[in-house]
Amino acid sequence: MRFTAKTTSLAVASALIVFGCGKEAPPPPPPPKAEQPPAPPPKPTLTVKIGHSSPLTGPQAHLGKDNENGARLAIEEANAKKLGIGGAMVTFELLGEDDQADPKQGTTVAQKLIDAKVNGVVGHLNSGTTIPASKLYSDAGIPQISPSATNPKYTQQGFKTAFRVMANDEQQGKVLGDYATKQLAGKKIAIVDDRTAYGQGVADEFEKAAKAGGANIVAREFTNDKATDFAAILTKIKSKKPDLVMYGGMDAQAGPMAQQLKKLGVKSKMIFADGGCTTEFHKLAGDAAEGHYCSLPGYPLDKMPGGKVFMEKYKAKFNVDIQLYAPYAYDAANVMIDAMQRANSVEPAKYLAELPKTAFDGVTARITFDERGDVKDGAITLYQAKGGKWETLETVGGAAPAPAQPAAMGGMSGMTATPTAAAAPAVPAVAPAAAPTTPAEKK
Amino acid sequence: MDTFIQQIINGLVLGSIYALVALGYTMVYGILGLINFAHGEVVMIGALTALTVIKLLANSDLPGTLVVLIGLLAAVPVCMALGFAIERIAYRPLRLAPRLAPLITAIGVSIVLQQLAMIFWGRNYHAFPPILPTSGRDIGGAHITDVQIVIVLLAVAIMAGLMLLVNRTRLGRAMRATAENPQIAGLMGVNINVIISATFLIGSALAAVAGTMVSANYAIAHYHMGFILGLKAFTAAVLGGIGNLPGAMLGGVLLGLIESLGAGYIGDLTGGFLGSHYQDVFAFFVLILVLVFRPSGLMGEKVAERA
Amino acid sequence: MITDRRKALMGMVLIGVALALLPFLVGKGLGNSWVRVLDFALLYVMLALGLNIVVGFAGLLDLGYIAFYAVGAYLYALLASPHFGLHWPVWAVLPLGALVAGLFGVLLGAPTLRLRGDYLAIVTLGFGEIVRIFINNLNAPVNITNGPQGISQIDPVRIAGVPLSKTLEVFGIGFPSVYLYYYLFLALTLLIVFVSIRLEDSRIGRAWVAIREDEIAAKACGIDTRNVKLLAFAMGATFGGVAGGLFAGFQEFVSPESFGLMESIMVLCMVVLGGMGHIPGVILGGLLLAILPEALRHGAVPMQQAAFGRVLLDPESLRMLLFGLALIAVMLYRPAGLWPEARRKREFLAEKAK
Repeated sequence: MRFTAKTTSLAVASALIVFGCGKEAPPPPPPPKAEQPPAPPPKPTLTVKIGHSSPLTGPQAHLGKDNENGARLAIEEANAKKLGIGGAMVTFELLGEDDQADPKQGTTVAQKLIDAKVNGVVGHLNSGTTIPASKLYSDAGIPQISPSATNPKYTQQGFKTAFRVMANDEQQGKVLGDYATKQLAGKKIAIVDDRTAYGQGVADEFEKAAKAGGANIVAREFTNDKATDFAAILTKIKSKKPDLVMYGGMDAQAGPMAQQLKKLGVKSKMIFADGGCTTEFHKLAGDAAEGHYCSLPGYPLDKMPGGKVFMEKYKAKFNVDIQLYAPYAYDAANVMIDAMQRANSVEPAKYLAELPKTAFDGVTARITFDERGDVKDGAITLYQAKGGKWETLETVGGAAPAPAQPAAMGGMSGMTATPTAAAAPAVPAVAPAAAPTTPAEKK
Repeated sequence: MDTFIQQIINGLVLGSIYALVALGYTMVYGILGLINFAHGEVVMIGALTALTVIKLLANSDLPGTLVVLIGLLAAVPVCMALGFAIERIAYRPLRLAPRLAPLITAIGVSIVLQQLAMIFWGRNYHAFPPILPTSGRDIGGAHITDVQIVIVLLAVAIMAGLMLLVNRTRLGRAMRATAENPQIAGLMGVNINVIISATFLIGSALAAVAGTMVSANYAIAHYHMGFILGLKAFTAAVLGGIGNLPGAMLGGVLLGLIESLGAGYIGDLTGGFLGSHYQDVFAFFVLILVLVFRPSGLMGEKVAERA
Repeated sequence: MITDRRKALMGMVLIGVALALLPFLVGKGLGNSWVRVLDFALLYVMLALGLNIVVGFAGLLDLGYIAFYAVGAYLYALLASPHFGLHWPVWAVLPLGALVAGLFGVLLGAPTLRLRGDYLAIVTLGFGEIVRIFINNLNAPVNITNGPQGISQIDPVRIAGVPLSKTLEVFGIGFPSVYLYYYLFLALTLLIVFVSIRLEDSRIGRAWVAIREDEIAAKACGIDTRNVKLLAFAMGATFGGVAGGLFAGFQEFVSPESFGLMESIMVLCMVVLGGMGHIPGVILGGLLLAILPEALRHGAVPMQQAAFGRVLLDPESLRMLLFGLALIAVMLYRPAGLWPEARRKREFLAEKAK
């Protein structure tokens, strides 16, 4: 997004607005149930299906279930509030599907959700499934908010149904690279990635930023997302005596890698992105976790007004710890429900127009979208492992005054309709004027 | 130079792990001429069983080594029972069927075991509690932990033990007879069903040992770990000449060395064109080369086709 | 005689009509996702038929078959996407994909001619992994495959300028994209079936069977085993290449994760479960294994809820569990496959009698 020429962005942005407005008319309203007449006293009820897709089998099954739980929590809370949308009392229903992190299954699941006439989709978890599925959702006009697909391509395809609530690989890799060279003063850096779309994406962006920051990349090594033995590459890295070791990949490898680094007697610290920024990392790395750095998109949960409560509720409901992306799935589902409320319609075509105008205080950040559907000014927070916990170092970027403003609202539990309802009237008025200027600001 | 020695040690340790698993493959193949594709999953069950017991005892006052030993002793009977059951259910009825049939049931068994393990142990990765001493030894600037030394010694000891068993005992003689020709061995008074069950019991006990050592070394275990490990060990067994016990050891160590030296040096040798991402390619490439020029593996005997 | 012919013709017409109407029946009755499942099932049938030539006819166990599928898919992706800015038409890309996949087949076949049984299995498995690893890593130093990120925005298949990715209106009847692909895949599947049947009855087909049964005897009978085996690899690979190209056009996205070892095993299971060497059996195997998991996924949750009042087992675990158990059960009770070839069945019976 930082690389787009101003003029094209402007053109795209204005084109989007034109489309955004024009979009409401053409597609025949799929389920006529959405437009109920304003209700007489016994409110009609309306069931709204929201699709969710993530791998529930295979090596990433624990992350998949975590995402689904996050989305489920949001939806059950919304149901408990008995929201009235379009004059009907709305009950949300989550259709959780397993895409096995397999692109082919991803499109089959997408088709299934489309057939089931879902009003929106939260997912998928992996970029590899999200990208092919996004085309189907776009053709069907169904809004899709991915909590965790970070491949930049996802939102670069020009689909106006595609959104995500997490900073993409470019954004995160860049922040990490800047941080490594500036704050941590890394001069000699070794980079390892796991040859997945995610790991390689972050590592490549990190490399660019680190080189720009004047660092010397002394080793570029690779492993895979099923590996447990890193002795060979770490031995090589050790011989180059780096200040920092960057890893692009997930906690299941980052943890053992930290241990093996320690065993080899390497003192340099590791730095990695969200995939390794988990409590699981501490479990897997044991006492070798101490001192390593990681980053997570958004603000730290405990700094966010609803964050603490969210953690407690999650733990109470599912009796497991949050793995990784559950807060993002929770936010993604809430952003969708919020847009439905503002549009006063659950119909995809209607509330899709409201999605780009989102300004939602989620548990991970204040979520607004840029012209592509990427989360705008995605704040990224850096952490360091201390005493078996991730301690917040600082939050980079994120111009939106998220933590401060909602903090004033105090002990609000999770998402109530209040802040968004209050913000809603202002947003449509501002949006058309604000949108075209966005790229200029970002330059 | 210390880097080179370290890479050799890395390769040796990794290779010994492959060898531990490969010995199980090769045992069964040597007797039955059957690839027990599910062996990797038995290793996984062994690792998770041992880890469960170890976690239970981790906070007790017992010394760490003893705890691991207890975990191992718990895993061995579980794996033996499992191996026995697999043979009875999935392989024995197919003994006379064409070769592909037991291969397919083995794949089926793998899938079933993986799913059962996932249901039982959950989807998460399990960490090995830090109860073992992290001490080690330095050799010429390179480092090796005590656990790794144990792994290397254990692999050699088990190989030697198995060779003694096969070549020097009554059971071993019966095994060799069964391998030579089951029908005639039967006529000579060998109860081949007992022999084959015994083979599976031994192979599965080895799997328990391998699983425990792997999870102790990498401090991690999960329901998905058996597949890749099994695949690599299988490659090692074929490389050395499947069915041949020292061959499994040799194949394992060679594969380990190829992988670690390949990952460590190929990048510099090719000016960055190839790198550690081709680690698995080297392994398979060497395998193909060996098999093309020596189709029965490095130490395999030339046996008549019996496909 | 004439009535027999008539009957056969009638039967074929009926089957043809049924196949032509199938997407409408399935789409209206069960939803378009099932038509998509059907599309994938047809792709799998093509793959299974290709592997059947290698495993079923020639008796060469190939565990890396998916590599040819990957080659076909990536060739289509590279030649018809913004990645290199090339947009070749489908009629040029598909045959080229088949050809290149065939070359890869020979490349694999040549060094492995001397190997049999288990060794061949492991070498082909290694070959499949090598191809996948190269695809996954060839983004540097020169970006050829775009590495793990995969290639997106691939051109959809266009026939006479009509893209199959959009709903097509013909005489007021709407043909959604998945229907259009169904017809394309069906046509190519039928072509592959036809080629397979002709091959089976040809000189080459008989030579393959001879090699499968006894290579030494076949050689003694004057069969050039080397060339005939290479031909088996090449022909099988060709079908895989075509299926791969279609997959790329259908998905409009390819990435290395679609071409893992599990896929090779899936295709092998289709061939073996259906009935090695028996074309109708292989088709059945392909359809069953591609569709059954989906059916289970749909059926498992409601059934458990009805039986136990709650979901005890994730449908996903259950599906894999049943899949594994089915593999074991079929091998135990119907080792020649669900729909075995008559000759093969006799062989199995004879072997049992031994």
